[in-house]
Amino acid sequence: MRIIGIDSGSTTTKGVLLSGDVVEDWLILPTGYNPRQTMKDVYLQLKKDQEAYTVTTGYGRMLLAESDKSVTEITCHAKGARYLCPFAKVVIDIGGQDSKAIALDAQQGVGDFLMNDKCAAGTGRFIEVMMRTLHQDMMDLDAFVKDYEPIPINSMCTVFAESEMIGLLSNGALPNAIAMGVIDAICQRTATFAKRLSIKGTVFFSGGLAQSEIIRATLEKHLGFDVVIHERSQFAGAIGAALIGRSMHP
Amino acid sequence: MHLKKELPEIFEQFADARKNGFILAKELKEKNIPMVGTFCTYMPQEIPLAMGAAVVSLCATSDETIAAAEEDLPRNLCPLIKSSYGFGKTDKCPYFYFSDLVVGETTCDGKKKMYEYLSEYKPMHVMELPNTQFSQDGFNLWKSEILRLKSALEAQFNVEITDEAVKKAIILKNKERVTLKRFYALGQLNPPALSGLDILKVLYGSTFKFDREANIDEVNALTDQIEADYKNGKQLESKPRVLITGCPIGGVTEKVVKAIEDNGAHVVFFENCMGAKAIEDLVDENNPDIYDALAKKYLSIGCSCMTPNPNRIKLLDAAIDTYKVDGVVDVVLQACHTYAIETLSIKRFVNGEKSIPYTSIETDYSTSDVGQLQTRMAAFVEML
Repeated sequence: MRIIGIDSGSTTTKGVLLSGDVVEDWLILPTGYNPRQTMKDVYLQLKKDQEAYTVTTGYGRMLLAESDKSVTEITCHAKGARYLCPFAKVVIDIGGQDSKAIALDAQQGVGDFLMNDKCAAGTGRFIEVMMRTLHQDMMDLDAFVKDYEPIPINSMCTVFAESEMIGLLSNGALPNAIAMGVIDAICQRTATFAKRLSIKGTVFFSGGLAQSEIIRATLEKHLGFDVVIHERSQFAGAIGAALIGRSMHP
Repeated sequence: MHLKKELPEIFEQFADARKNGFILAKELKEKNIPMVGTFCTYMPQEIPLAMGAAVVSLCATSDETIAAAEEDLPRNLCPLIKSSYGFGKTDKCPYFYFSDLVVGETTCDGKKKMYEYLSEYKPMHVMELPNTQFSQDGFNLWKSEILRLKSALEAQFNVEITDEAVKKAIILKNKERVTLKRFYALGQLNPPALSGLDILKVLYGSTFKFDREANIDEVNALTDQIEADYKNGKQLESKPRVLITGCPIGGVTEKVVKAIEDNGAHVVFFENCMGAKAIEDLVDENNPDIYDALAKKYLSIGCSCMTPNPNRIKLLDAAIDTYKVDGVVDVVLQACHTYAIETLSIKRFVNGEKSIPYTSIETDYSTSDVGQLQTRMAAFVEML
């Protein structure tokens, strides 16, 4: 049976089509203001005109009427990480509106997890706000900060950090070094947060921010463990959802 | 009798006890029965009961008066303290309004400092609770504080509180504890007989019933009925079994229980103040020194304001086994430092010695985090 996994995130909606144990099709769309419609679009584009068992995850997991099952992004990220990186012991996901750390147990299921969902600091939104303040495109993040020494950013609130950045700019600090400072702050905060799980071993880094090599390397520096990514890191949740569907329809 | 009623109706009746109690409270006042308002389980209820007073809990569980409280108190303070103070200040809580005296204890820093301002609105008596259960000086202090409470009540209400009356109150309260224990022990049934939300409704509602004997009879009748129905096959679906520990819950914080039960688990035991924490141990009726017996029982309550706090672990240890618990959820109210700090030792104990999953959540009296609670609790239940 064909299986669809859809991860409705706050920023992007990801979907995969599983045929056997192989991902046959991938799709990512900006979530926009109508997560329900975006899920439907992803669903229809993957489904085409054949039946598929569909598992949804992410904060919009209950929004798709055609969904056969919904599972939280914690469980799905753990399963997806195992698929993309079988030797990972920990998953760190920095998403658009929250970040999470998941310790995998011996069976590669969820052993323990923590979520930061109370505050934009430490999430992808923080980086987005920073890049907007500096009039830079998110896609150019790595090139923009490469080889710059971070300027310490002390504010841990996104709104106050923006004020702090404006203050630094008016004092003549280089925007690139400020941006690197924000990345350093967010990675340090995420590492401290993840260490509450008493982690050991390779960390699989997923979520939108995993696309940045500099963020990956900075996170690795603060964690003291190998941090690995996969070119399809962003799809970890959707893949996990599809694999859960597969386990129900082998 | 309530036996004729359907169970959901009885649970609702307990849930409505707080609301319906307002009228009862007014009637009691009209009969010149004094009312004593309390905040914590450390308050030895036997003393005011011995003088024939009604005792009511003033711990607030809604965000209605938080804005009014924040005019005077810091924003970053526990919602229970802000809300309780706000109800006192705005006179929106009839129980506060009808209370002739409010009794607090020097439990956490937030509460003891809040009482200083609350006394501007109501006569307050603050009992000095020691920080530890393990010193003779602390014990002596607590015993003398119970005697000081007795004297304060005698002076304010111009009555004599005899040892005989205290003994009777001890027997009555013990009987109530035994009844409530028997009720929440229904949580041991597997598959369960009732939801955690219903257990909570009864435990919380019971604190607003002024006729203790009647309350004992009602809870016993309810327990009998549930047991009988269970034997006749009225059982809930088997699901993972969760224990809730931590800060007091009730009112709006029922959202945590709902988030757990809406996502595929049952709450089978409440270790919090509203649950077993203050009910589990009885006052020793055989101790000839009644004030010694009261001091022993009340000082042993396992609240995080005590250092160290092994009695919380002891109760968790027994309950996890007896109630066949699959996972523990520790509820921390925002800015409750003592419970927040204790999450580490509870996690170590639950993960380490009991080898079952543990999670802690921080919440407040708003509904802004209902979505996040759903995700966290669903993910936690998926782990079980």
